[in-house]
Amino acid sequence: MGELARYLVLAALLFGIGLAGVLTRRNAIVVLIGIELMLNAANLNFIAFWRHGPHPEALTGVMFVLFAIAIAAAEAAVGLALVIAVYRHYRTTNLDQIEEMKG
Amino acid sequence: MQDILFYVFAALTLVCGFLVVANPISRSPVTSALFLVLTIVSLSGLFVLLHAFFLAAVQIVVYAGAALVLFLFVIMMLDLKAEERRRITRLGLIGGGLVAVAMAWLFRVVPREAALVASGPAHVEGSTPALGALLFTQYLLPFEAISLVLVAGMVGAILLSRKEPS
Repeated sequence: MGELARYLVLAALLFGIGLAGVLTRRNAIVVLIGIELMLNAANLNFIAFWRHGPHPEALTGVMFVLFAIAIAAAEAAVGLALVIAVYRHYRTTNLDQIEEMKG
Repeated sequence: MQDILFYVFAALTLVCGFLVVANPISRSPVTSALFLVLTIVSLSGLFVLLHAFFLAAVQIVVYAGAALVLFLFVIMMLDLKAEERRRITRLGLIGGGLVAVAMAWLFRVVPREAALVASGPAHVEGSTPALGALLFTQYLLPFEAISLVLVAGMVGAILLSRKEPS
Protein backbone atom coordinates (compact mmCIF):
# COMPACT_ATOMS: atom_id res chain seq x y z
CA MET A 1 0.00 0.00 0.00
CA GLY A 2 1.37 3.41 -0.96
CA GLU A 3 1.97 6.14 1.54
CA LEU A 4 -1.08 8.12 0.41
CA ALA A 5 -3.33 5.06 0.24
CA ARG A 6 -2.68 4.06 3.85
CA TYR A 7 -3.66 7.51 5.09
CA LEU A 8 -6.85 7.28 3.03
CA VAL A 9 -7.66 3.84 4.47
CA LEU A 10 -7.08 5.15 8.00
CA ALA A 11 -9.35 8.15 7.33
CA ALA A 12 -12.06 5.90 5.89
CA LEU A 13 -11.90 3.62 8.96
CA LEU A 14 -12.09 6.61 11.31
CA PHE A 15 -15.05 7.99 9.35
CA GLY A 16 -16.75 4.60 9.62
CA ILE A 17 -16.21 4.55 13.38
CA GLY A 18 -17.70 8.04 13.71
CA LEU A 19 -20.67 7.12 11.54
CA ALA A 20 -21.28 3.97 13.58
CA GLY A 21 -21.26 6.12 16.73
CA VAL A 22 -23.78 8.56 15.26
CA LEU A 23 -26.06 5.73 14.17
CA THR A 24 -25.89 3.49 17.25
CA ARG A 25 -25.53 5.78 20.28
CA ARG A 26 -28.66 7.39 21.68
CA ASN A 27 -27.11 10.14 23.78
CA ALA A 28 -27.20 13.45 21.87
CA ILE A 29 -23.79 14.51 23.20
CA VAL A 30 -22.12 11.26 22.10
CA VAL A 31 -23.73 11.71 18.68
CA LEU A 32 -22.10 15.16 18.47
CA ILE A 33 -18.76 13.58 19.42
CA GLY A 34 -19.23 11.04 16.61
CA ILE A 35 -19.77 13.94 14.19
CA GLU A 36 -16.48 15.45 15.38
CA LEU A 37 -14.74 12.14 14.60
CA MET A 38 -16.14 12.17 11.05
CA LEU A 39 -15.02 15.79 10.55
CA ASN A 40 -11.53 14.85 11.69
CA ALA A 41 -11.39 11.93 9.28
CA ALA A 42 -12.23 14.32 6.43
CA ASN A 43 -9.51 16.70 7.63
CA LEU A 44 -6.96 13.88 7.58
CA ASN A 45 -7.92 13.17 3.96
CA PHE A 46 -7.42 16.84 3.03
CA ILE A 47 -3.96 16.92 4.60
CA ALA A 48 -2.89 13.64 2.98
CA PHE A 49 -4.03 14.80 -0.45
CA TRP A 50 -2.33 18.17 0.07
CA ARG A 51 0.93 16.49 0.99
CA HIS A 52 0.93 14.10 -1.95
CA GLY A 53 -0.77 16.36 -4.49
CA PRO A 54 0.87 18.11 -7.45
CA HIS A 55 0.96 21.60 -5.88
CA PRO A 56 1.72 21.39 -2.17
CA GLU A 57 3.26 24.88 -2.17
CA ALA A 58 -0.23 26.39 -2.73
CA LEU A 59 -1.25 25.18 0.79
CA THR A 60 -4.84 24.65 -0.37
CA GLY A 61 -5.46 21.56 1.73
CA VAL A 62 -4.06 23.19 4.87
CA MET A 63 -6.29 26.22 4.30
CA PHE A 64 -9.31 23.99 3.83
CA VAL A 65 -8.64 22.15 7.09
CA LEU A 66 -8.09 25.43 8.94
CA PHE A 67 -11.54 26.65 7.89
CA ALA A 68 -13.08 23.24 8.57
CA ILE A 69 -11.74 23.33 12.15
CA ALA A 70 -13.27 26.80 12.67
CA ILE A 71 -16.62 25.60 11.31
CA ALA A 72 -16.42 22.51 13.54
CA ALA A 73 -15.88 24.68 16.62
CA ALA A 74 -18.94 26.81 15.78
CA GLU A 75 -20.92 23.64 15.07
CA ALA A 76 -20.00 22.11 18.42
CA ALA A 77 -21.02 25.29 20.28
CA VAL A 78 -24.40 25.58 18.55
CA GLY A 79 -25.04 21.83 18.77
CA LEU A 80 -24.35 21.76 22.50
CA ALA A 81 -26.56 24.82 23.03
CA LEU A 82 -29.33 22.95 21.21
CA VAL A 83 -28.75 19.94 23.47
CA ILE A 84 -29.11 22.22 26.52
CA ALA A 85 -32.33 23.75 25.12
CA VAL A 86 -33.75 20.30 24.39
CA TYR A 87 -32.76 19.08 27.86
CA ARG A 88 -34.59 22.04 29.47
CA HIS A 89 -37.75 21.04 27.66
CA TYR A 90 -37.69 17.24 27.82
CA ARG A 91 -35.39 16.54 30.82
CA THR A 92 -33.49 13.99 28.74
CA THR A 93 -30.90 13.85 25.95
CA ASN A 94 -31.92 10.40 24.80
CA LEU A 95 -32.72 10.78 21.13
CA ASP A 96 -35.25 7.92 21.22
CA GLN A 97 -37.42 9.79 23.72
CA ILE A 98 -37.40 13.12 21.85
CA GLU A 99 -39.96 12.28 19.22
CA GLU A 100 -42.55 15.05 19.29
CA MET A 101 -41.56 16.35 15.86
CA LYS A 102 -41.53 12.89 14.32
CA GLY A 103 -43.74 12.87 11.20
CA MET B 1 11.17 5.52 11.60
CA GLN B 2 8.35 7.44 9.90
CA ASP B 3 6.65 4.16 9.03
CA ILE B 4 6.78 2.96 12.63
CA LEU B 5 5.43 6.29 13.88
CA PHE B 6 2.63 6.17 11.32
CA TYR B 7 1.52 2.74 12.44
CA VAL B 8 1.75 3.69 16.12
CA PHE B 9 -0.36 6.83 15.66
CA ALA B 10 -2.79 5.09 13.30
CA ALA B 11 -3.36 2.27 15.79
CA LEU B 12 -3.82 4.79 18.62
CA THR B 13 -6.31 6.77 16.53
CA LEU B 14 -8.38 3.73 15.64
CA VAL B 15 -8.36 2.19 19.12
CA CYS B 16 -9.26 5.47 20.85
CA GLY B 17 -11.87 6.25 18.20
CA PHE B 18 -13.41 2.83 18.77
CA LEU B 19 -13.44 3.43 22.53
CA VAL B 20 -15.23 6.77 21.92
CA VAL B 21 -18.24 5.15 20.32
CA ALA B 22 -18.26 1.62 21.74
CA ASN B 23 -16.55 1.48 25.11
CA PRO B 24 -17.12 -2.02 26.55
CA ILE B 25 -16.61 -0.86 30.16
CA SER B 26 -18.30 2.51 30.50
CA ARG B 27 -21.24 4.07 28.68
CA SER B 28 -20.76 7.47 30.25
CA PRO B 29 -20.39 10.44 27.85
CA VAL B 30 -17.45 11.69 29.96
CA THR B 31 -15.30 8.72 28.93
CA SER B 32 -16.36 9.27 25.32
CA ALA B 33 -15.24 12.91 25.49
CA LEU B 34 -11.89 12.01 27.07
CA PHE B 35 -11.18 9.30 24.50
CA LEU B 36 -12.07 11.88 21.82
CA VAL B 37 -9.14 13.95 23.12
CA LEU B 38 -6.78 10.97 22.84
CA THR B 39 -7.99 10.45 19.25
CA ILE B 40 -7.39 14.13 18.48
CA VAL B 41 -3.89 14.06 19.96
CA SER B 42 -2.86 11.00 17.95
CA LEU B 43 -4.38 12.58 14.83
CA SER B 44 -2.25 15.66 15.37
CA GLY B 45 0.74 13.31 15.56
CA LEU B 46 -0.25 12.14 12.07
CA PHE B 47 -0.48 15.79 10.98
CA VAL B 48 3.11 16.28 12.15
CA LEU B 49 4.14 13.23 10.10
CA LEU B 50 2.49 14.92 7.09
CA HIS B 51 4.49 18.12 7.81
CA ALA B 52 1.42 20.21 8.70
CA PHE B 53 2.93 21.50 11.93
CA PHE B 54 0.70 24.54 12.41
CA LEU B 55 -2.43 22.45 11.95
CA ALA B 56 -1.19 19.93 14.51
CA ALA B 57 -0.91 22.74 17.06
CA VAL B 58 -4.29 24.20 16.09
CA GLN B 59 -5.85 20.76 16.34
CA ILE B 60 -4.67 20.35 19.93
CA VAL B 61 -5.51 23.92 20.97
CA VAL B 62 -8.99 23.99 19.44
CA TYR B 63 -10.15 20.42 20.04
CA ALA B 64 -8.31 19.30 23.15
CA GLY B 65 -8.55 22.81 24.59
CA ALA B 66 -11.78 24.51 23.60
CA ALA B 67 -14.13 21.83 22.28
CA LEU B 68 -13.38 19.31 25.04
CA VAL B 69 -14.02 21.90 27.78
CA LEU B 70 -17.30 22.77 26.04
CA PHE B 71 -18.36 19.12 25.92
CA LEU B 72 -17.36 18.44 29.53
CA PHE B 73 -19.15 21.56 30.83
CA VAL B 74 -22.36 20.62 29.04
CA ILE B 75 -22.11 17.03 30.33
CA MET B 76 -21.64 18.40 33.85
CA MET B 77 -24.58 20.82 33.53
CA LEU B 78 -26.98 18.12 32.46
CA ASP B 79 -27.82 15.37 34.90
CA LEU B 80 -27.33 12.42 32.60
CA LYS B 81 -28.07 8.83 33.35
CA ALA B 82 -25.81 6.23 31.83
CA GLU B 83 -27.15 5.12 28.50
CA GLU B 84 -28.49 1.61 28.48
CA ARG B 85 -26.82 -0.87 26.21
CA ARG B 86 -28.57 -1.61 22.93
CA ARG B 87 -29.39 -5.16 22.05
CA ILE B 88 -27.75 -6.31 18.85
CA THR B 89 -30.43 -7.70 16.57
CA ARG B 90 -29.83 -10.27 13.86
CA LEU B 91 -30.69 -7.69 11.18
CA GLY B 92 -28.07 -5.28 12.55
CA LEU B 93 -25.49 -8.05 12.66
CA ILE B 94 -26.12 -9.03 9.03
CA GLY B 95 -26.16 -5.40 7.85
CA GLY B 96 -22.98 -4.55 9.72
CA GLY B 97 -21.24 -7.63 8.36
CA LEU B 98 -22.25 -6.70 4.80
CA VAL B 99 -20.96 -3.15 5.25
CA ALA B 100 -17.66 -4.47 6.67
CA VAL B 101 -17.19 -6.86 3.73
CA ALA B 102 -17.99 -4.06 1.24
CA MET B 103 -15.47 -1.75 2.90
CA ALA B 104 -12.75 -4.42 2.92
CA TRP B 105 -13.39 -4.99 -0.79
CA LEU B 106 -13.15 -1.22 -1.45
CA PHE B 107 -9.85 -1.06 0.41
CA ARG B 108 -8.47 -3.82 -1.79
CA VAL B 109 -9.73 -2.46 -5.10
CA VAL B 110 -9.54 1.33 -4.89
CA PRO B 111 -5.80 1.87 -4.21
CA ARG B 112 -4.90 -0.53 -6.99
CA GLU B 113 -7.25 0.77 -9.67
CA ALA B 114 -7.01 4.48 -9.05
CA ALA B 115 -3.18 4.61 -8.99
CA LEU B 116 -3.41 7.27 -6.33
CA VAL B 117 0.29 7.84 -5.78
CA ALA B 118 1.33 9.76 -8.86
CA SER B 119 4.39 11.38 -7.32
CA GLY B 120 6.37 10.96 -4.16
CA PRO B 121 5.76 13.32 -1.26
CA ALA B 122 6.93 16.83 -2.03
CA HIS B 123 9.48 18.58 0.14
CA VAL B 124 7.27 21.48 1.12
CA GLU B 125 6.29 22.22 4.67
CA GLY B 126 3.11 23.86 5.82
CA SER B 127 5.13 26.66 7.32
CA THR B 128 3.30 29.15 9.51
CA PRO B 129 4.59 32.39 7.87
CA ALA B 130 3.53 31.22 4.41
CA LEU B 131 0.16 30.21 5.83
CA GLY B 132 -0.34 33.61 7.46
CA ALA B 133 0.66 35.47 4.30
CA LEU B 134 -1.83 33.46 2.24
CA LEU B 135 -4.54 33.96 4.86
CA PHE B 136 -4.28 37.74 4.61
CA THR B 137 -3.94 37.99 0.83
CA GLN B 138 -5.53 35.26 -1.23
CA TYR B 139 -7.91 33.97 1.43
CA LEU B 140 -8.85 37.30 3.02
CA LEU B 141 -12.55 37.12 2.15
CA PRO B 142 -13.08 33.58 3.50
CA PHE B 143 -11.07 34.59 6.56
CA GLU B 144 -13.44 37.49 7.30
CA ALA B 145 -16.45 35.30 6.51
CA ILE B 146 -15.30 32.65 8.99
CA SER B 147 -15.07 35.29 11.72
CA LEU B 148 -18.69 36.22 10.97
CA VAL B 149 -19.62 32.54 11.21
CA LEU B 150 -17.90 32.28 14.59
CA VAL B 151 -19.73 35.39 15.90
CA ALA B 152 -23.03 33.99 14.61
CA GLY B 153 -22.28 30.67 16.29
CA MET B 154 -21.46 32.41 19.57
CA VAL B 155 -24.63 34.54 19.52
CA GLY B 156 -26.68 31.50 18.52
CA ALA B 157 -25.25 29.41 21.34
CA ILE B 158 -26.00 32.11 23.93
CA LEU B 159 -29.50 32.68 22.55
CA LEU B 160 -30.37 28.98 22.42
CA SER B 161 -29.05 28.03 25.82
CA ARG B 162 -30.34 30.92 27.95
CA LYS B 163 -33.34 30.43 30.20
CA GLU B 164 -36.76 31.40 28.88
CA PRO B 165 -37.90 34.64 30.55
CA SER B 166 -41.25 33.59 31.96
